[in-house]
Amino acid sequence: MHIVVCLKQVPDSAQIRVHPVTNTIMRQGVPTIINPYDLFALEQALQLRDTHGGEVTVLTMGPPMAEDSLRKALTFGADRAVLLTDRFFAGSDTLATSFALSSAIKKISETWGTPEIVFTGKQTIDGDTAQVGPGIARRLDLNQLTYVARIAEIDLTEQTATVERRSEGGVQTLKTNLPCLITMLEGTNTMRRGSMPDALRAARAEVVKWTAADAGITDLTKCGLKGSPTVVKRVFAPTPRSERAQLIDLAGLSNDEIGEKLMAEIFARQPGLEAELEKTAAGY
Amino acid sequence: MIEERFDAIVVGAGPAGNACALTLAQRGLKVLQLERGEYPGSKNVQGAILYSDALEQLIPDFREDAPLERHIIEQRLWMMDDRSTTAMQYRSDDFNEEKPNRYTIIRAQFDKWFSKRVQAAGALVICETTVTELVQDDNGRVIGVRTDREGGFIKADVVVLAEGVNGLLGARAGLREVPAPKTVALAVKEMHFLPQETIESRFNLKGDEGVVIEAAGTITNGMTGTAFIYTNKESLAVGIGCLISDFAETGETPYGLLERFKSHPSAMPLLMGSEVKEYAAHMIPEGGYRAIPKLFGDGWLVVGDAGQFVNAVHREGSNLAMTTGRIAAETIAQIKTRRDPMTAENLSVYKKKLDQSFVMKDLKKYKNLPHALENKHLFTTYPQLLSSAMQTWFRVDGVDKKAKENAIVKSFFSARRFTGLLSDALSMARGWR
Repeated sequence: MHIVVCLKQVPDSAQIRVHPVTNTIMRQGVPTIINPYDLFALEQALQLRDTHGGEVTVLTMGPPMAEDSLRKALTFGADRAVLLTDRFFAGSDTLATSFALSSAIKKISETWGTPEIVFTGKQTIDGDTAQVGPGIARRLDLNQLTYVARIAEIDLTEQTATVERRSEGGVQTLKTNLPCLITMLEGTNTMRRGSMPDALRAARAEVVKWTAADAGITDLTKCGLKGSPTVVKRVFAPTPRSERAQLIDLAGLSNDEIGEKLMAEIFARQPGLEAELEKTAAGY
Repeated sequence: MIEERFDAIVVGAGPAGNACALTLAQRGLKVLQLERGEYPGSKNVQGAILYSDALEQLIPDFREDAPLERHIIEQRLWMMDDRSTTAMQYRSDDFNEEKPNRYTIIRAQFDKWFSKRVQAAGALVICETTVTELVQDDNGRVIGVRTDREGGFIKADVVVLAEGVNGLLGARAGLREVPAPKTVALAVKEMHFLPQETIESRFNLKGDEGVVIEAAGTITNGMTGTAFIYTNKESLAVGIGCLISDFAETGETPYGLLERFKSHPSAMPLLMGSEVKEYAAHMIPEGGYRAIPKLFGDGWLVVGDAGQFVNAVHREGSNLAMTTGRIAAETIAQIKTRRDPMTAENLSVYKKKLDQSFVMKDLKKYKNLPHALENKHLFTTYPQLLSSAMQTWFRVDGVDKKAKENAIVKSFFSARRFTGLLSDALSMARGWR
């Protein structure tokens, strides 16, 4: 089977710094990683390939440096990597991104065969929208299964997929026809460590680089900033919540005394609360 | 099992490993470089100063795109007691030259750039891969490496150990000893972020000019070590390091020493208002010439920190690393061209070439210095004497100058006596010779 995994190179949010003076996000010098949610999708894809045979193609859209993420995916064991990179893609929002990625997947289908499954992570850690996966599914007219926790069965003869999908208040078991698009939840598996042969192959592999034209995109108004109706109005750093704690010595006090002491401390910090409580109590 | 065979495997992607892999690849050898860090530079901690000469020999046009912070136009040497600093300062506009001689760099960025050049030259670079074992044949000849990844071992005609200060691989294979605590310093470093303009005004700089401060004295509490402040574009690298054996003996903590240095009245105003974003620790080989381990054998060579190639007096290391890496590669390439085997005998040319280079000449010159620097008085008594002498000299208080001179001389003799002064002077002179 052929599986396409979409992944995104994102700044390592654990190491993002906010400029102390201008309050803007300092991306310079912040290491990049593969969006952690996408790794669950990739590992799932690799497991399916190992079971059913076939190939895993990883796809990303980004600046030339996004090649590092793809090479890493190859080290994990992916068979092929495609980098969609073009200045026309700069400034893409989720709408423009899903347009570009779906165009690339069409091209991938033409070149290496139609994928039975397209995987994405449930969302990225830098945008947190969870819109691109469904956006791709809509454009490629694929059935979509979002927030999938487990793939129960893939039946290649019947061309069906059965998955467990986590939803509010329970787990749904869903079955759909292939091809489909699946967005994977976190914690569903653990990314493997690629073997030495995989690492060597990845280091030597040629990452396929496509421009918009290469991916068969003719309508550039749907790409990048032009194709992005989302406008970022403001970026700001949240004011850090002050975390104050106070140690109150309660040694040797009775429960009543402890209660009174704690209430006194609370009232001292919340002027008006005591009067308000008394007023409420007076009503009873 | 994989049947992969390389002309050379380089273990480590620091300056020594990169210089070696680059040179080997440039000469057409099939090279594999293995790095345990997430990317080249991710594990590396250094002040850091880049010495242009050693890199120029590898990449003549490095200034065009290497991530450089500031070129150094001023060097300050501080001798400190608890309240005072006696400083020597050298600043020259001559250092504002077309091709500056020294730069401050941020290693994580620099090493990444360096590695890109290595890859462009044709070497295969694989990160996040730890070499766990040197594979030897029945005769003890190194024939390849095993890693922490599945899939068997990888063969090579020669393995270059650019594994850094610990030398664990070589030691594990019984090819060398691990360095003694007396020959290794533990250094800690913080990155203090400040706006560019603040750094420039505080250090009297314009444009890309930079300052380097090296400091010694009572800040190390009698332990053998030094502190430093280096100016980057928007940050200051502030650190301190002492011999591991001294830390073990005194029970001092590295961060305790660093706090002390940072709160010294001479250092504090330079750091005021900065935001600390990174804290790192690393070991530095400082044993000098006498601590150099065995450098070659059948199928293996040692370069960089792993070979103790650091000139502690001049704070040089990365240039020695790059030079030893380059010379090792040149040696290997020559043997390869002759189609000779990588035997200890053939690889011994590496050592001969090093002996003729500044690397060994400099380390030899200071071979007695590590011992001389074990003298506690250099880091306690003398800085205090110097400070009080300076103060006596500069304070105007009605005492005549002759009496002041006598008091200063007397202070030295009463602190160390004639024999102590003589022995300290002799051991320093011997160390310096």
